[in-house]
Amino acid sequence: MEPLTWTGSIAFLDPIFVYSLIALVIAIVVWIVLSAVLPEGVATTNPDGTLTMASGPRKTATQAVKLLFVLVVALLVLYLVLGVFMGTGAGIIGAMSQQFLPVWTSLIILYAASIAFKRRLGLYGKLYDSPIGMIGFGLVMFWVFTGIFGQLDLIVTHDSLSQVSGMKNKVPGTPLRGAEEGDFQWYLLGGDNLARDVFSRMVKGAGVVVQIAPLATLFAFMVGITLGLPAGFYGGRLDTFLSFLANLILAFPVILLFYLLVTPEIVATGVPNYMAIVLFVFPIVFLAVLLNSRFYTRPRVRTPLLICVLGAATWLYLSLVSTGGFLINTKDYSIWGLPTYMDLFDVPGGILVVFVSVVFVNSPTVFRIVRGLALDIKTRDYVAAAQTRGEGPWYIMLWEILPNARGPLIVDFCLRIGYTTILLGTLGFFGLGLPPESPDWGSTINEGRKLLSIYLHPALPPALALLSLVLGLNLLADGLREESLKD
Amino acid sequence: MGLFILRRTGVMIITALCLTFVVFFLTNLYPNLEKLAKTQGNFRMSDEAVASWLDNNGYAQPTVVKYGQWLGVLPGWTKEVEDGFNGRCFNGPISAEEVAQQPSFCGILQGDWGYSTVFKDEVSSIVAVRLGNTGFLMLCVLALMVPSALIVGVLAGMKEGSVLDRVLSTFSIVTTATPEYVSGVIFIAVFTSSTVGLKWFKGTATSAMENATFENFFLPVLTIALYGMGYIARMTRASMTEVMTAQYIRTARLKGVSFHNIVLKHALRNALIAPFTVIMLQFPWLLNGVVIVETLFNYKGFGWVLVQAAGNNDIELLLAVSVVSVFVVLVTQLISDIGYVYLNPRIRIS
Repeated sequence: MEPLTWTGSIAFLDPIFVYSLIALVIAIVVWIVLSAVLPEGVATTNPDGTLTMASGPRKTATQAVKLLFVLVVALLVLYLVLGVFMGTGAGIIGAMSQQFLPVWTSLIILYAASIAFKRRLGLYGKLYDSPIGMIGFGLVMFWVFTGIFGQLDLIVTHDSLSQVSGMKNKVPGTPLRGAEEGDFQWYLLGGDNLARDVFSRMVKGAGVVVQIAPLATLFAFMVGITLGLPAGFYGGRLDTFLSFLANLILAFPVILLFYLLVTPEIVATGVPNYMAIVLFVFPIVFLAVLLNSRFYTRPRVRTPLLICVLGAATWLYLSLVSTGGFLINTKDYSIWGLPTYMDLFDVPGGILVVFVSVVFVNSPTVFRIVRGLALDIKTRDYVAAAQTRGEGPWYIMLWEILPNARGPLIVDFCLRIGYTTILLGTLGFFGLGLPPESPDWGSTINEGRKLLSIYLHPALPPALALLSLVLGLNLLADGLREESLKD
Repeated sequence: MGLFILRRTGVMIITALCLTFVVFFLTNLYPNLEKLAKTQGNFRMSDEAVASWLDNNGYAQPTVVKYGQWLGVLPGWTKEVEDGFNGRCFNGPISAEEVAQQPSFCGILQGDWGYSTVFKDEVSSIVAVRLGNTGFLMLCVLALMVPSALIVGVLAGMKEGSVLDRVLSTFSIVTTATPEYVSGVIFIAVFTSSTVGLKWFKGTATSAMENATFENFFLPVLTIALYGMGYIARMTRASMTEVMTAQYIRTARLKGVSFHNIVLKHALRNALIAPFTVIMLQFPWLLNGVVIVETLFNYKGFGWVLVQAAGNNDIELLLAVSVVSVFVVLVTQLISDIGYVYLNPRIRIS
C-alpha cells in the first residue's frame, strides 16, 4: 500500500486553494485599513427622492472580501464532497470526509428540517436567523454527532486502544503494517507514542466529552438553581450563608481542588461518593418542588404525578450513586445501596469522580448567576401580582422568576458546557481521574506534548478538536444572546 | 469605608480558615497518610509499621488538634521514642532537657510554615523562591495582557458593528475558546518544533528562571495572556459601546468635537471602570493558567510547586500553597470592590 498524501488525486486544487486563502487574508487586511482610514460613504439624495451610496474603494474592498470568502468556503466544501465520493483517492482529507459521512448526513437533515420549520421552533428557530449562531451550532452538532456515531463504532477506522506493531509515531497517511482483508488500510492521522490510531482516538474522545460535559453542566445548573433561587428571593441569613459557601469554593484554585478530590487515595476513602450522594439529590428536590408548587391545589393530579416522577427519579439516582450493590465501599466499612439486580447502570469509578468534581466546581458560579437574576426579578410587578394572588414562595420562584430568567441562563448554559469541556481537558492534561489509556482529548494532548518537538501529529488533532468545539459553543452562545435580545 | 474593609478582612480570615481546614482534612485522611508514611519510610511497610511511623511523627492525633498545632494555637506535640523525644517544633530525637528549651508553640502564627517532605527544605523558603519566579511571570503576563486587551476592547467598542469591531470580536472569541494547554501545544508545535522548522522560540522555559530572554520566555507569557485577554477585551468592548451610546457623547458629537477627542477625553475614562473589576477578578483564572503553563513549559514556579506538593501529598507545603492562593484570590476581590467604589464617582460621593 502506498502512503496517502493529504489531498491525493485532487492535489490540483491545492494551489488554487492556497492562493485564494492568501488573497482573502490580504483582502481582509486591506478592508480593515480602508475602513479605518477612509471616511464612510456619503449618501446623496437623487432628484426622485431615492438615496444612492457613492461606490468607493471601501465598497470594492467589501465586495472582494465577500467574493474571496465564498470562494474559499466553496473550495473547502468541494474538498469534502469530492472526498465523500472518492474516499482515499482524495487523500487523507478525502478519506476522513468519507468516514464522517454519517455526520454530514445527520447535519444536512438537521439543518434542512430546522430551516424548513424555523418559524415554529421558538428561540431555537430564531438561531437560524443569525449566521454566527448557525456556524456555532454547526460546529457543536458536528462534534455531538461525531461523539454519538463514534460510540456506535461508525466513524472510527481502528480500535482506539489496540496497538499495531511498527506504527509507533508514524506520520499521517501511513499504510497499516500487516493489514488484513477487512481492516482499514491506513492510519489516517498517524500513530501515537503507543502505536494507536490518532484519528480513532480523537473520534472516541468526542464521545467522552459528549457524554460528560452536557450532563455535568445540567447537574450543576440544577444545584445552582435549587440553591440560588431561595438565596436571592428570601435574602437574609440563608443568602449570607449560601453565598459564603459559594465564595469558599470559588476561592479555591480549581486545579488544587481537582488534585485533592480526584487522587486514588481520596477516592479510596469514599469522599467523592459522599459528594455524589449529596449533589445528585438536588435534581430530585428540584423536580419535586417544581411539580408540587404547580399542582398542590389539585391533589388528584399531584399525588400520582409526584409518585411516578419521583419514583423514576429516585431509581435513577440510586442506580447512579450505587455501584455493585454498595453506596460506599471502602476498606473499613461499606453502606448498602441498591441491590445489583435493580441497578440500571454502573458508572465506571473514574468517570463518576470526574463528573462529581466538575459539577462541584461549576455549581457555585451558577448559584451566583441565579441569585443575581432572582434579586433583580423579584422586584418586578408580576411577582407582586402573584404574591397578591396568594401564590406560595416556591411557585413564585419556579414558575414566575425562573421562566423569566431563562434567556441569560440558556446563554450561560452554552458557555458553561464549553467551560466544562475545558475543565475535562485540564483533568486529562494532569492525568487525573480518567484512566491513562482513555481516549479523551486532555489525556491525548498530555501524552502527545512530551514528543511535541519531533512529532506534531499525536497532539494537534485533539487540541484542534477541543478548540473547535469550545469555539462552537461560544459562537452559539453569542448567537443565542443576540437573538434573545431582539425580542 | 473603614468599616467595610474591616468587615471584608474578617470574612477573608474566616474563609481562609475554612479553606485551610478543608485542605488539612483532605490531606490528613488515612489513605493519604499511609501513602506519606510509605514514601517517607519504605514502600513495603506493614500496616503496623505504618501505624507506628504515623504515631511517632505526630500524625496519629485527631485532625482538629493537628490543625490547631499547625495554626499555632495549640502547643506542638512531643512524643517519647527510643532515644529521646520527637516533636513538632524541633528535629528529634533529643533529650528531655533540650525539649524544655524549645518553644512549645510553632505554627503559622509564630511564622513557622513547617517542613516540606518532598523537597526536604523549609516550606517558607521554597514558597518564597517559587513565588518570586511566578511573580515575574505574572508581571510579564499582565504587562502584555492588560494593555492589549484594553486596546482591542476600546477599538472594537468605538464603533459598534464596524469592520474593525467584527474582526476584533472574532479574535477575542477565538482566544477565550482556546485554553492554555491547547494554545501552548499549538505554539510549541508551530514555533519551536523541527517539523515546521520555524524554531523562533524555545519550547521550554527552564532557562528563563535564571536568565529570561524573549526567546525562552515569550511563549509561556503569550499562552497565559491570550486566554485571559479575550474575556477582558469583550468586557471592555461591552462597556465602551455602552458609554458611546450615552447622552453626553451625543452632545459632544453635536457640539462638533472630533471623534478621537470624544474617544480619548470623554468616553475612555468612564469605559475603563468595568474592565478594572474584571481584570482584578481574572486573577484566580490566571493562577490556573500559571499551573498549566508552568507544567507545559517546565518553568519551576508556584504552579509547579502546587503540582508537586499535591501529587506527593506534601501536607505542609500544600497548605502553604493554598493559603497563598486563597490570599491572592481574596485580596484581589477586595481590591476590585474598593477600586470600583473609588473609580466610580457616583458611588464615591453618595
